[in-house]
Amino acid sequence: MKLTRTKAFKTFAGPAWYENPINMQMLGICSALAVTVQLKTAFVMTLAMTFVVSMSNLIISLLRNVIPGNIRIIVELAVIASLVILADEFLRAYYFEISKLLSVFVGLIITNCIILGRAEGFALSNPPHLAFIDGLGNGVGYGSVLMSVALIRELFGSGSIFGYTVVPERLYAAGYEDMGLMLLAPAAFIIIGLMAWLQKYLVNSRK
Amino acid sequence: MVELLSLFLNSVFAGNILLAYFLGMCSFVAVSKNIETAVGLGFAVIFVLTVTTPINWLIFHGLLAPGALAWAGLPDVDLSFLKLIIFISVIAAMVQAIEMIIDRFSAALYAGLGIFLPLIAVNCAILGGSLFMVERNMTFIESVVFGFGAGVGWMLAIVAMAAARIKLRYADLPSGLEGFAITMIVTGLMAMAFMLFSGITM
Repeated sequence: MKLTRTKAFKTFAGPAWYENPINMQMLGICSALAVTVQLKTAFVMTLAMTFVVSMSNLIISLLRNVIPGNIRIIVELAVIASLVILADEFLRAYYFEISKLLSVFVGLIITNCIILGRAEGFALSNPPHLAFIDGLGNGVGYGSVLMSVALIRELFGSGSIFGYTVVPERLYAAGYEDMGLMLLAPAAFIIIGLMAWLQKYLVNSRK
Repeated sequence: MVELLSLFLNSVFAGNILLAYFLGMCSFVAVSKNIETAVGLGFAVIFVLTVTTPINWLIFHGLLAPGALAWAGLPDVDLSFLKLIIFISVIAAMVQAIEMIIDRFSAALYAGLGIFLPLIAVNCAILGGSLFMVERNMTFIESVVFGFGAGVGWMLAIVAMAAARIKLRYADLPSGLEGFAITMIVTGLMAMAFMLFSGITM
């Protein structure tokens, strides 16, 4: 059996591209935009988010037969919040500078619709290993959008990638200027709108 | 007084919680198709933010902040890492209460808001309001004004967006651009307009 035909691969690729949580399902945009001024913060956010969504999917899937139906939202929120606290405390302890830059947005992973959506829609009705893979796929799908937006904003906004200047001095000398708008909020909205357009166009034209 | 007014204006316009800090986007995109539901959800968000931000202020400064438990003889205890889980529980409880109140008094609004009311609990704007309140070291009065202002700003943005989307219905958009993509681009233009308010100082 080819790798691309297995159920595990489909579970991974679905959310990573065809049902991308941000561009196709419009979930989790809240935190996606605020941390995209620099690639560094976007990368750390992606790691934190992937950790939380895959672990919460795994734990909720393991518990799915013992959680009573009518209090499941509270249980899910408790699992997610505990994982977010873990991620937040870890960043604070080891990467204090980045955790200052991310400010409230690590905490806001709790209210990221992707996580609760996957817990409700996938983890509650699927076995643990698939739920974990689904979480990874969602983390990658979310991260790829985040990193692309951050790449565009950092490259054109401050002329650097991961903090290293890449636009040569000669260009500046010739009159090139960094685009201040890229560092401001409106640019993030517009870039993500254009990217969603491109992705939808590609997915639609495949059908 | 002047500081409070300027804090209010800042949280409504230049520091708009949606257009400058990207909070509450999920329900913003989903509910802005119709002006009436947008207004309803806007009021619900104003109400929940105005109530939960001060309540969370009291809980944070009375129980969680470093040294807050000095009255109980525990001056060295720092429970601030619990703030995330406590804040989200307070918000979920308040949303539940508001849902019951709306169900009792306005069946039409209850039907219109549908599944979006429980979603307020996971609306980033609400938790974000409380977290910003801690991050910016606000006083109690400031937290009330900020909660209210952030709610008003959010409502202003979603109602304006709903109005713009009604006009967009008649626009002939290329394939793939309709729906989410054009909404984000219009939001970007709106955010640019709101940034012009940042020049205003009291």
